[in-house]
Amino acid sequence: MNKAEQTRARVEAGLKRRYAAERRFRAYGLGAVLLGLAFVVLLFSTLVSQGWSAFRQAYVTLDVQYDAAIIDPEGTRDTATLSTADYAALVRASLKARFPEAQSRQETKALYALVSSSAAQAVQARILGDPSRIGGHERLTFLANDRVDQLLKGRIDRNLDEDSRSLTDQQVGWIDALAADGALSLHFNKGFFTQGDSREPEQAGVWGAVVGSLFTLGVTLLLSFPIGVSAAIYLEEFARRGKWTDLIEVNINNLAAVPSIVFGLLGLAVFLNFFGMPRSAPLVGGIVLTLLTLPTIIIASRAALKAVPPSIREAALGMGASRIQMVMHHVFPLAMPGILTGTIIGMARALGETAPLLMIGMVAFIVDVPKGLSDPATVLPVQVYLWADSAERAFVERTSAAILVLLAFLIVMNAAAVYLRNRFERRW
Amino acid sequence: MMKRALIPALLAPAILGSLVQAQAGRDYISMVGSSTVYPFATTVAEQFGKAGKFKTPKVESTGTGGGFKLFCSGVGAQFPDISNASRAIKSSERDQCAKAGVKDIAEVKIGYDGIAVANSKKGPLFKLTRKELYLALAKQVPDPTNTQNLIANPYKTWKEINKALPADKIEVLGPPPTSGTRDAFVELVLQDGCNSFSWIKSLKDVDEGRYNKVCNTIREDGAYIDAGENDNLIVQKLDSNAKALGIFGYSFLEENQSHIQGSFIDGVAPTFENIASMKYPVSRPLYFYVKTAHVGVIPGIQEYVNEFTSDRAMGGEGYLANKGLVPQPAAEIAKVRKAVANLKK
Repeated sequence: MNKAEQTRARVEAGLKRRYAAERRFRAYGLGAVLLGLAFVVLLFSTLVSQGWSAFRQAYVTLDVQYDAAIIDPEGTRDTATLSTADYAALVRASLKARFPEAQSRQETKALYALVSSSAAQAVQARILGDPSRIGGHERLTFLANDRVDQLLKGRIDRNLDEDSRSLTDQQVGWIDALAADGALSLHFNKGFFTQGDSREPEQAGVWGAVVGSLFTLGVTLLLSFPIGVSAAIYLEEFARRGKWTDLIEVNINNLAAVPSIVFGLLGLAVFLNFFGMPRSAPLVGGIVLTLLTLPTIIIASRAALKAVPPSIREAALGMGASRIQMVMHHVFPLAMPGILTGTIIGMARALGETAPLLMIGMVAFIVDVPKGLSDPATVLPVQVYLWADSAERAFVERTSAAILVLLAFLIVMNAAAVYLRNRFERRW
Repeated sequence: MMKRALIPALLAPAILGSLVQAQAGRDYISMVGSSTVYPFATTVAEQFGKAGKFKTPKVESTGTGGGFKLFCSGVGAQFPDISNASRAIKSSERDQCAKAGVKDIAEVKIGYDGIAVANSKKGPLFKLTRKELYLALAKQVPDPTNTQNLIANPYKTWKEINKALPADKIEVLGPPPTSGTRDAFVELVLQDGCNSFSWIKSLKDVDEGRYNKVCNTIREDGAYIDAGENDNLIVQKLDSNAKALGIFGYSFLEENQSHIQGSFIDGVAPTFENIASMKYPVSRPLYFYVKTAHVGVIPGIQEYVNEFTSDRAMGGEGYLANKGLVPQPAAEIAKVRKAVANLKK
């Protein structure tokens, strides 16, 4: 056998094994993708199945007598009297009128517990809106208590014995009676999207956290985009290579890997204690998250600038453009898609952060929806964390629903990144 | 064109920077502190805000120790007005407060919180004593053959401790060392179980360091599982593992009574009535602390304290009882209310 034949024989002997190896490798790759997808599907299906019901909420309709003796016994109709009247008593009276069989103190207490404590505010709003309603009566729709809501959604098992569930048999009977009348039903939960946090699950909403997230991310974007992009342009296009630029580069890369809580500690020491900025404010949160996203934006922007072919720069300079014209007119616009993608990835990371915000007081219970950058605020992931930690069972579905809102936020941001990239992308 | 667009963008940081100024006043109450008190403080804060006269207070959940650290940093609008605590303030914390100029602090006891040891209803109901819990969970226990001698915890199953208990592996899910619930559990259960051995009890006077090491150290060989700060997570894990026990706040037991049962401790079941009457041994008082220098400066502090100490909030039938707070006897509430009726000196 000569040499060539020998080689050939060896190759042929190994050929089968090589094909098999390739097939195996492909199968591993496909398996990895499928496994990843399976986890995503699992995550989404759990979230949707648990959280979907939070978008609907139990409402109860009652006939409320606007009893003048309770609201305004002296008939003065002045705002001070009207705004401090005992409106809860009106709601209690209408429940009592509907179910007169509740007699003992314990029974009436159980009966009043069917309606959310926000009902009194709803009645108050009606009266303050038009005091001439006093003396009349009206059918009003109130939020039901979270336990009523959970029973209607089947999350409290009605077949358990009385001791093992948080509603008594009598309460379940009342709930069934109301539902049979059509006075108790599930509707779209508007409050979830328009209200701030609450201790009562049925009144709790994500809007405060969404606004807080928007403010915080707005500050982050406003600060980190210009600073990050200018730093990247300077380092990539103007700075002379040397020991100093190497040092800076190493430091930026290190910063990108620093645990986020460290930025929170820095924020506490510098912005709160030294500069005396307000605690829990989106302004400070935004600045801290800027520190966190800057390295990501700088690294991504530098990579995008580096990817612009040198021929573009040479052509511009050859035509007599100055360095700044070359960068601003040619290199920067071409690098824009990459820079925007990097920025949005950085912002998406900032959206999901809670640890640094803990140190600057944004992990907090805040009912009022923030109106400005220095109002106390919280953000979506913090809201998820706070609800997940609450004892009330009704917060379980709200936690999942808040995660869905957070994911929707992220999907919109990532879709924007893809859109911008496709729109501005140029090939050469 | 690009250049002109870039200039305002570059100016943005400067504009934002000029917005920053020292926080002059604050028109809402700022609270920090214990995550155990958080559900109650937030409930009162919300009610207080809804009454419409003052803004809703802000409540941060920082943990008791972290809360005192912030609370004791100084007097002024940038520092919190109230610190919630699941234990009484320590003298070291008072010193720290005094050093920063926080001299007058009013203590308000709000009620009790029971700590439940519970398992899934699929498993047997446990009837434990504090001594048995100590033997099951401490790192070092007295040698069963010679109780004067300490050995590494040899117990693997409950039956080895007491023949009446099931032959299941000891598996207890509980909070991590940073948690106030764990501190309270160690103090109320392990130390008490420890004291049932008279020679260890007498150790306290001779060698307190060793006593603390023996009585306060939880075993690390996998029988006690650190399950994180989230009590809901512990409840979920109990549901899927019928053989495990969990340690968490009473309010979580109350909310999950459909599938979780509380173990008897020293013959007493963890029920609302038993905790309120102090029969149940594992319960602790909860507090909040008010910086009196802020009363009258930050609007609404006195009114918030009044709301919290009112019968409709922390009374026996109050709305906090619905949230799982175990109220104090009426006489004690009256005493608390009297003490804080006028905080401004």
